[in-house]
Amino acid sequence: MRIPCPYCGSRDAHEFAYLGDATLTRPDPAASDAAEAFHAYAYLRENPEGAHREYWYHANGCRRWLVVTRNTRTHEILGVAFARPSTDEVPA
Amino acid sequence: MTRLSTGGLIDRSRTLSFTFDGVAYTGHPGDTLASALLANGVRLVGRSFKYHRPRGIFTCGSEEPNALVELRTGARKEPNTRATTVELFDGLVAQSQNRWPSLEHDALSVNQWLTPFLGAGFYYKTFMWPASFWEKVYEPTIRRAAGLGAASELVDPDTYEKAFAFCDVLVIGSGATGLAAALAAARSGARVILADEDFRLGGRLLTENVAIDGAPARDFVARAEAELSSLPNVRLMPRTTVFGAYDGSEYACVERVSDHVAVPAAFQPRQRLWRIIAKRAILATGAFDRPIVFPGNDRPGVMTAQALATYAQRFGVGAGANAAVFTNNDAGVAAALAAANAGLTLEAVIDVRDALPSPLAAKAKALGVRVITGGEVIATKGKRLSAITVRTKSGTQTLAVEALGISGGATPNLNLTCHLGGKPVYREDIAAFVPGAVPPGMSCAGAVAGQFSLSDCLNAGTEQGAAAAADAGFARAAAPAPKAEETPTGIRAFWQVKAKGDLAFVDLQNDVSAKDVGIAHKEGFRAVELLKRYTTMGMATDQGKNSNMAGLALMAELTGQGIAATGTTVFRPPYTPVALGVLAGHHREKDFRPTRPTPTHAWAEGQGAVFVETGFWLRAAYFPKPGEKDWLESVNREVKATRESVGVIDVSTFGKIDLQGPDVGTFLDRVYINMFSTLQVGKARYGVMLREDGLVMDDGTTARLADTHYVMTTTTANAGKVFQHLEFCLQVLWPELDVQLASISEQWAQIAVSGPRSREVLAKLVDGHDVSNAGLPFMGVAQTTVLGGIEARIFRLSFSGELGYEIAVPARQGERLMETIMEAGRPFGITPYGTETLGVLRIEKGHVSGSELNGQTTARDLGLGRMASTKKDYIGRVLSQRPAFQDPARPIFVGFKPVDKAQRLRAGAHLLTVGAQATTHNDEGYVTSVAYSPTLGHFIGLGFLKRGLERIGEQVRAYDPVRGSDILVEVCSPAFVDPEGEKQRV
Ligand SMILES: [Zn+2]
Repeated sequence: MRIPCPYCGSRDAHEFAYLGDATLTRPDPAASDAAEAFHAYAYLRENPEGAHREYWYHANGCRRWLVVTRNTRTHEILGVAFARPSTDEVPA
Repeated sequence: MTRLSTGGLIDRSRTLSFTFDGVAYTGHPGDTLASALLANGVRLVGRSFKYHRPRGIFTCGSEEPNALVELRTGARKEPNTRATTVELFDGLVAQSQNRWPSLEHDALSVNQWLTPFLGAGFYYKTFMWPASFWEKVYEPTIRRAAGLGAASELVDPDTYEKAFAFCDVLVIGSGATGLAAALAAARSGARVILADEDFRLGGRLLTENVAIDGAPARDFVARAEAELSSLPNVRLMPRTTVFGAYDGSEYACVERVSDHVAVPAAFQPRQRLWRIIAKRAILATGAFDRPIVFPGNDRPGVMTAQALATYAQRFGVGAGANAAVFTNNDAGVAAALAAANAGLTLEAVIDVRDALPSPLAAKAKALGVRVITGGEVIATKGKRLSAITVRTKSGTQTLAVEALGISGGATPNLNLTCHLGGKPVYREDIAAFVPGAVPPGMSCAGAVAGQFSLSDCLNAGTEQGAAAAADAGFARAAAPAPKAEETPTGIRAFWQVKAKGDLAFVDLQNDVSAKDVGIAHKEGFRAVELLKRYTTMGMATDQGKNSNMAGLALMAELTGQGIAATGTTVFRPPYTPVALGVLAGHHREKDFRPTRPTPTHAWAEGQGAVFVETGFWLRAAYFPKPGEKDWLESVNREVKATRESVGVIDVSTFGKIDLQGPDVGTFLDRVYINMFSTLQVGKARYGVMLREDGLVMDDGTTARLADTHYVMTTTTANAGKVFQHLEFCLQVLWPELDVQLASISEQWAQIAVSGPRSREVLAKLVDGHDVSNAGLPFMGVAQTTVLGGIEARIFRLSFSGELGYEIAVPARQGERLMETIMEAGRPFGITPYGTETLGVLRIEKGHVSGSELNGQTTARDLGLGRMASTKKDYIGRVLSQRPAFQDPARPIFVGFKPVDKAQRLRAGAHLLTVGAQATTHNDEGYVTSVAYSPTLGHFIGLGFLKRGLERIGEQVRAYDPVRGSDILVEVCSPAFVDPEGEKQRV
């Protein structure tokens, strides 16, 4: 499998580390239901068929955390973006 | 000798010597082992898997079920090698397999009289009871009787490589279709790789008597190869099997770099594993000639018609003194005529059809070949084939022949199309499965796609090659497809001759007969996947390349549901067997994974250190001195010297992370359970970080070098994991924080000097920095220079519990620093120590380490719960407060000492209340770390015990059934030495 890193280009999947579901948001630790919310955040995962947004870390490359949209049936990579929504620029 | 007088793509001017079962033979360059054996009249080459029936060469390629040999000798011996794909070389040594005492007289051939008991499902039926017999009786017996070759069990002396390649168009297969596709793609300028498992390009064109562009097909092959070789954008890869299709248009291949020579040339690998990333791939793998099921169809001398023709045309070999061909299709007849054209004596072509198409009939007539239409072969004779019985409407007749070519039609070689889940589709009109869905970027052309006529193959190859290049962004080349005549492709679906007599085999490699398919049907194992597993049809090295079609056709007939509905089993990688050695590549023995030496490695070697692997690192374990009788004596000396005077150890392996930016303090507060924003510049603090689930991830000290500059240490094992975690926190959780991270583990050498005399040693190293207790207090950090101007960071830390310092210098200065420390410490008898003593010192002091930070322990379990700040949130805080993690009965960190001080404690022992039965239910905890304490004179241990803190002084049982130890221990504080921590603060 190959992942097109927005910084490094198309790279072998072995260069990346996988974390999982990128649709989760770390809950508010001050909220009254924080215990429940963190339980869901740490443990509960969907196992969707089809497009799935997930975190990959380009460990043997640019060290960027990426959000990769992958089809879980075909492993087709539908999109890749930096996880950090910032002013990061890819040098020309 | 059955070498034909002329012809063949062999170099008759040169002779190669080889042996088979100890008998010397000769062949020529261009031969395979199989063709050379046949040329020498060797027809019996193996015994069958279950019944030990005599078997011969059945095919001319990688689908061979019978002719499996042990190739070479000694450490290079390779079992189950297909003689049909082994390129002959001078000095080749081959042995037949699965026979005893000899191929000619096999004692176990009596197995065939046991046929009724060895049929489908015999494993399941015969060896069920009693269960204890399986390991001792059944399995060893079966393994001796049924089986293939034996591995050498010696270390492989050859090397293997891995490589990547990238191309626009990968063409798999170099027959007519593949060559046409490669030419069309290459002419457009695309980067083309053409791979073929054979050592010669051309595929079926090397066998057929056909003309392309008005010249013999072999001339076309030669011209195509010359043109492709001349193009810089083309890489030709003969001897390369594409064995798997993977996600992302990636193809795995084995290149047999040196399999065709006795010993690889200097610096050449035996084989090379390629991963080819291709924008587009064209599958041009052709089709197999499949057998027909009839009684005695396994006799040596029976082979596919295609093989018969190939041995005659390509190798100039007659598979027997004379031959017949039995077929149901035009390609089978054409193969027979090609063999006759090459000079093989062809007695008859037997076709199940009532008439041949007129062009073929005319060609047969011109060659004087007798054609028996409406005929079937119903029996064979001879240990080596000597005669066949043919049945027609008018009766039966016997033909004396030494070889019989059979052709039941073409089975497209579509294995690779299934690797990502594609399901083949049955086409009634050609009686064959063709590719269904194919992997993204792949297209199929030629015979693999059911296009069996040569002109169709050339047109499809040209068209697909140009289209693939266009997809990859190259302009189509204008050249037209090579021209060839239309070859006849007629077929009448025909799978099995209905006749009584000898066993009629479906799967030669696994000795599965038509009768076994019937048993599977009768007993309900009717789905193809069940049929495969119950009868073992389609297993082992050939994976049913020959047998699948006939097997499922027979089942389809029995169930009456038709072939399309019956379907075929799933093809998975690898296409042909792949040696584990080439998958491992260089990753073996010491090269299994990288070795990271510490900056003082060479120095430690000079000191006679014994090394140990810790993760990727190679660290000194201890430094034996002459006269010491074992490692424990060395370690005891090292511990004693450190506690009484001064010791030194390289601690560069700890992970070191540089953090800079205005928000580092805030960031550290969020990843550690304790506060770091309040840490003073010039101070270090011990920190614990959790995973989000509330369990401890790692620990270490972090120092503040400047207002916006910290340096963190992690454990050796978790350096990479922590760094990745911090990057996640910064990039994903809190992108608003202005913090930059860099791993500096490799950039700094760090050496710990410990013991009451360590300050005196340090004083001699620094360039005037005040190292007094006031000038550099406990947990203080100095940024200064040592050894006359070398940049240094000095941390006053203590893992040992003694007064101690860790001195960090740029990595290249590490060895010089160590040597200077040794010189400075000489008056105090400074003693280098390794990981063993490091462990003893920390266990005596009760510090936690990797054995305690085992992914199942919380900060509270470790006795570090009070460090957790209540003034802030941090990773893992919420879930660390779960009721289960606060349960007072949870095992908690304590120390243990044997009640009988002479007894040895064992790490891994489980803890039980005295008198309680040793059951899981009664388990109260476990011992994690153990050492012999030279300071106390007995074994000590650390571990976790339920309500441990309340049980100090209590005796519990340390039970270790694995190593047969069961002793009484007393629960105590984990700090065995200097519990008040006074020594490190002096
Ligand atoms: Zn990258």
